[in-house]
Amino acid sequence: MNSWANIKTITKRELGAYFSSPLAYVFIVIFLLLCGFFTFMVGGFFEIGQASLSRSFFDWHPWFYLFLVPAVGMRLWAEERRVGTLELLLTMPITAWQAIVGKFLASWLFLALALALTFPIVITVNYLGNPDNGVILAAYIGSWLMAGAYLAVSCITSAMTRTQVVSFIVSVVFCLFLILAGFPPVVKMLSGWAQPWLLDTVTSFSVITHFDGFQKGVLDSRDVIFFLSIIVFSLFATSVILRGHRAG
Amino acid sequence: MIKVQNIVKVFGAKRAVDGVSFTVERGEVLGFLGPNGAGKSTTMRLITGFLPPTSGAVSVGGFDMVEQPIAAKRLIGYLPENAPVYTDMTVHGFLNFSAEIRGLRGEAKKKAIRRAVEMCFLEPVLHQSVETLSKGYRHRTCFAQSIIHDPEVLVLDEPTDGLDPNQKHEVRGLIRRMGASKAIIFSTHILEEVDAACTRAIIIDRGRIVANGSPQELRRKSEWAGAVTLRVTGINAVALSQRLTQLAAVRKIVILHEDSAGVTARAFPKSDVNGNLARSIAESAQGWRIEELHTEEGRLDEVFRSITMPDTVKAGGK
Repeated sequence: MNSWANIKTITKRELGAYFSSPLAYVFIVIFLLLCGFFTFMVGGFFEIGQASLSRSFFDWHPWFYLFLVPAVGMRLWAEERRVGTLELLLTMPITAWQAIVGKFLASWLFLALALALTFPIVITVNYLGNPDNGVILAAYIGSWLMAGAYLAVSCITSAMTRTQVVSFIVSVVFCLFLILAGFPPVVKMLSGWAQPWLLDTVTSFSVITHFDGFQKGVLDSRDVIFFLSIIVFSLFATSVILRGHRAG
Repeated sequence: MIKVQNIVKVFGAKRAVDGVSFTVERGEVLGFLGPNGAGKSTTMRLITGFLPPTSGAVSVGGFDMVEQPIAAKRLIGYLPENAPVYTDMTVHGFLNFSAEIRGLRGEAKKKAIRRAVEMCFLEPVLHQSVETLSKGYRHRTCFAQSIIHDPEVLVLDEPTDGLDPNQKHEVRGLIRRMGASKAIIFSTHILEEVDAACTRAIIIDRGRIVANGSPQELRRKSEWAGAVTLRVTGINAVALSQRLTQLAAVRKIVILHEDSAGVTARAFPKSDVNGNLARSIAESAQGWRIEELHTEEGRLDEVFRSITMPDTVKAGGK
């Protein structure tokens, strides 16, 4: 009860912080421009001639998020530490968990908003043909979960440093690993020499492998659990790091 | 209200706080003094639960800071060093957030914000972004945050740092007034503040408490305490020294100044004499006139320096 009220207060403040700086608007504009450009120019939405968003639109999301999500998450803790407000936050009558979850939720909701603003693409494909809107919805859910996983990784790197740029770079590297583990060229290269069990283990860590199911319209509980467990694990790691700073 | 028991905080090889114990009751204002790097801020961070102690315990209002941190933190208002504030909010937004996180809602919240704004004179900048504020206003915004829930315990780390003299005066008055009903700890290295606002002072040096008492008690530790400063005419310095050293109560005479108009000197009492030195000097005046005579109370800065000297000498005699 009470802890939800605290989380809500933190989330509200964080969301307010996004929109009081130009970051939010810049982010949304860049995200939408990238989506439009890649879907229609690079992804060949019209050339494919299918009433589907999977190949032309959702395929790009793991790559967009690679750079955009760390940019959203980098300030979460680094800024608090740099300005010193962390001391204020953690001496208030809330637990560190409430602060971590509250901040994460704010950024995740912000990403949900950015994602929701791509709705014209859904309208376009519905206008031009008869796509399976269930599949599109599943892919949106998967995309949002994937963004959450990236974001949680960014929370860790943001808690590690008081410099946003360092946080950004390190989390891009981490997220890149999450992508490349299932990126077809890499998988092909690995399959040349790796044992099948090793290949399976590596690819099972990839967001691409798990996002694939959503793109096909399948809400597989294993994929959902994969993303959720990355989020929970990363937030836990964040709390360990925050505690580590203070233990001295 | 605040009970600190033998707390130790170790950072790597450094013992920043090394076995500090004290208590602060309601109605007390405790001044926390010490040279830079003595462990003042670390002690405050341990009290407010930002840092966990390496050993020892802190309890606030009977709640242990490690066992029941939320209940303990609820009672505390805290102004951290350098008064950090979220720069991406307006003053009102920030106070609104602080009130909400303290569990205030609706009418109670509005009232609390109004009260804090009035007490800290924030009305003119209420809807301005914190980023655009001067240091003094930022500082007061953070101060307002610490008193928004009318806490029973206030922990203030250098509450007058960066304020102009009027604001300093105002904040000291505020601390003194609130001290009547709360338990307050504040750190400072401005010694007049101890006189202006404290009922008790602790001097801390290299992580340890080196003095603990009321400002009067601390002052009595001064070499100056009970010394008599006098200005006389009709006698030269040498003769005055001779006359005064004959008095039983005098330990030492220092001539401060001599010119054609007269002599200024200071007489230090023997340790067992108290208060009578001025009278015996006055009574011994024969053939010379006393223009001015007063007994020194002892000076805090001098006590402070003598207690914490070894450290300052090492640091280059600053």
